[in-house]
Amino acid sequence: MSPVLAGVLQLLALLVALGLSYRPLGDHMAKVYSSEKYYKPEKWIYKAIGANPNVGMRWPAYLRGVLAFSAVSVLFLYLLQRVQGSLPGSLGFVSIDPDQAFNTAASFVANTNWQSYYGEQAMGHVVQTGGLAVQNFVSAAVGMAVAVALVRGFASSRSGELGNFWADLVRGTVRILLPISVVGALVLVACGAIQNFSGIHEVGQFTGGSQQWNGGAVASQEVIKELGTNGGGYFNANSAHPFENPNGLSNLFEVYLILIIPFALTRTFGRMVGSLKQGYAILGTMAVIWLGFTALMMWTEFAGRGPAFELAGGAMEGKETRFGIGASAIFSVATTLTSTGAVNSFHSSNTGFGGGINLLGMQLGEIAPGGVGSGLYGMLIMAVIAVFLAGLMVGRTPEYLGKKIGTREIKFTALYILITPALVLCFTAASFVLDTPVNSMTNSGAHGFSEILYAYTSGANNNGSAFAGLNADTQWFNSTIGIAMLLGRFLPMVFVLALAGSLAEQAPVPETAGTLRTEKPLFTGLLVGSIMIITGLTYFPALALGPLAEGLAA
Amino acid sequence: MNNSVGNTGRVLWAGLRALLVLTVITGVLYPLAVTGIAQLAFPSKANGSETKDGSGKVVGSELIGQTYDLPLKGSEKTAAPDLKWFQPRPSNGLGGNGVNTRYKLILSGATNRSGDNEDLIKWVTDAKAAVVKDNSVNGYTVKPSDVPADAVTSSGSGLDPHISPEYAKLQVHRVAEKNGLDAEQVEKLVADHTDDRILGFIGEPRVNVLQLNIALKNLVAAKG
Repeated sequence: MSPVLAGVLQLLALLVALGLSYRPLGDHMAKVYSSEKYYKPEKWIYKAIGANPNVGMRWPAYLRGVLAFSAVSVLFLYLLQRVQGSLPGSLGFVSIDPDQAFNTAASFVANTNWQSYYGEQAMGHVVQTGGLAVQNFVSAAVGMAVAVALVRGFASSRSGELGNFWADLVRGTVRILLPISVVGALVLVACGAIQNFSGIHEVGQFTGGSQQWNGGAVASQEVIKELGTNGGGYFNANSAHPFENPNGLSNLFEVYLILIIPFALTRTFGRMVGSLKQGYAILGTMAVIWLGFTALMMWTEFAGRGPAFELAGGAMEGKETRFGIGASAIFSVATTLTSTGAVNSFHSSNTGFGGGINLLGMQLGEIAPGGVGSGLYGMLIMAVIAVFLAGLMVGRTPEYLGKKIGTREIKFTALYILITPALVLCFTAASFVLDTPVNSMTNSGAHGFSEILYAYTSGANNNGSAFAGLNADTQWFNSTIGIAMLLGRFLPMVFVLALAGSLAEQAPVPETAGTLRTEKPLFTGLLVGSIMIITGLTYFPALALGPLAEGLAA
Repeated sequence: MNNSVGNTGRVLWAGLRALLVLTVITGVLYPLAVTGIAQLAFPSKANGSETKDGSGKVVGSELIGQTYDLPLKGSEKTAAPDLKWFQPRPSNGLGGNGVNTRYKLILSGATNRSGDNEDLIKWVTDAKAAVVKDNSVNGYTVKPSDVPADAVTSSGSGLDPHISPEYAKLQVHRVAEKNGLDAEQVEKLVADHTDDRILGFIGEPRVNVLQLNIALKNLVAAKG
């Protein structure tokens, strides 16, 4: 069997697996977020929080919950790293410096998991398992909560209420993420991922001598890192590390974990707005972009253009033998079209066009299928833009899901789509104007430019993968990427919730002959086009300087 | 104003309590439970898949690549490969940061060099020349076009435990000669240690270098 055919079959297997879990998981999540019954242990949790899960919140209250929880999380994680040196169970690692501790805290709370530290050389059990992995759960649950709040905004009539943030946070964590993680972690251990709490110890080698091993709760963190589209590796090599991702099967399983919730949430959405077909139209849009990007990535990586790759006889630099080119291409698209940023191969050593596909995937706003929650709300924002554009064409006030998209709604939507490009392009430009940031580049020329563009694209879009040649552990990058991650995560949430609140206050308008049918394939086409044109054009000049220049020269 | 400050304080306090409760659940109970089950059900795998040689001594993990080098001589900075053994892929990762850890678990990582990077072009060129030279032995010549990509490139982790079956086959004649074995014997050894794709299509065919070298050592010992 040729590697290309094997790659295509792996993609098909993934499609089947995703298809099989789409309905049960999507329906389960709809039930979780609609239920008003709470299990006994959940009641204890609400008691400990001091919140009544049945109290509906209007958007400002919901937003206050999101921001307060996240602010406390950043502070807690920052302090945990700052005192690591004095904590037991830290494997002798020292406390993290302030700028790096801020960067890492912002990164994990913002569901980004950009890492300017080397996992196996910096973080002990307490910070990894009790701090970072916890944010892998809860930052994902926050994303899902905001998405569900937006869906409720579409679904509700004149109530103005978006649900209860604490209830959504807790339910998302304990009823969705936790059960899948327990099963998934054991699957990964069965494949060979490690799961222990042994310290650093010496193990013998074949030719004599010994080498140092780090133990750790790796499988339990690996599974939620993918499932919650977080991406922060236990080890520096992330999912390329054999202890995180031991074989081809664990690899495919990890890609599956990355994609299940974001895709299945479109069914949850369909259920909650009372029309599964609306969910399918969104699903179709996501699937078209995802499959298209994967096909392009496989094509360029198998072609392996670039002087060093042609010399070597294939683009295997930065790729593992057990995965090869096909499975690496599948993983690298899944991770950049979601907010994951885990890597099983190193994107900086992708072909010029391959790196460009990674960049564009993130720049589209990570909506195909996107991060858990953030993918759905990002895509719904684009859907609002698409109906608005269609409305302009026929001169009619646009509607989506029975809600009028008026001036107020479109303002929030426009602000949403302007934030990330502004952060990415301004910080990238600033880095090149200043003297020192460019010293961090490993590669020069077009690829060097891409390293810095990639860093801010990844940060502001909450991805977390890197063209890792860039030495990002400097005060400039730690601070500015930290800021980009926080603003890139929470400002959009502000506008999503404001939009949701505005929609929730409206009474639904009846469908008429003039209503754009947003559940039809035509709308999927319109949506794909809007996404490509709006985000694609925003970044085109920057992409031309980086990956396009590199790809065309090869 | 007072009201809003009080309100903010109350929400922050609720946020802190939520974080602490969820930390106990997802940061303490969950990892401990998973560790407990994993240690009971898959003790060897959960602890790193340690591999033993013929004499029962632990010689590493089947998942983690190693170097098979000669002892460092005099002024050498990097040890020369011990050509008696099958050689793994190059590992030039993190060299740019001054800590090339070559197959040491203390720091994993890739080179992050792009396809048009001068260093990478040089590394690939040098590696190719070395593979051709080392493996061309009596009556067996390696052409540059025979050298597979994995033989001259570094992996993502820098710890790749595998090489492609092509690269293993290419080393057969050299290994046979250095160990005084028949090429057919070593060829069979490689064939026995070649893993196909899982279920026929997942991942890539590969040879685990550590297990292959352990088997080679046993073969040499049995003969001598």
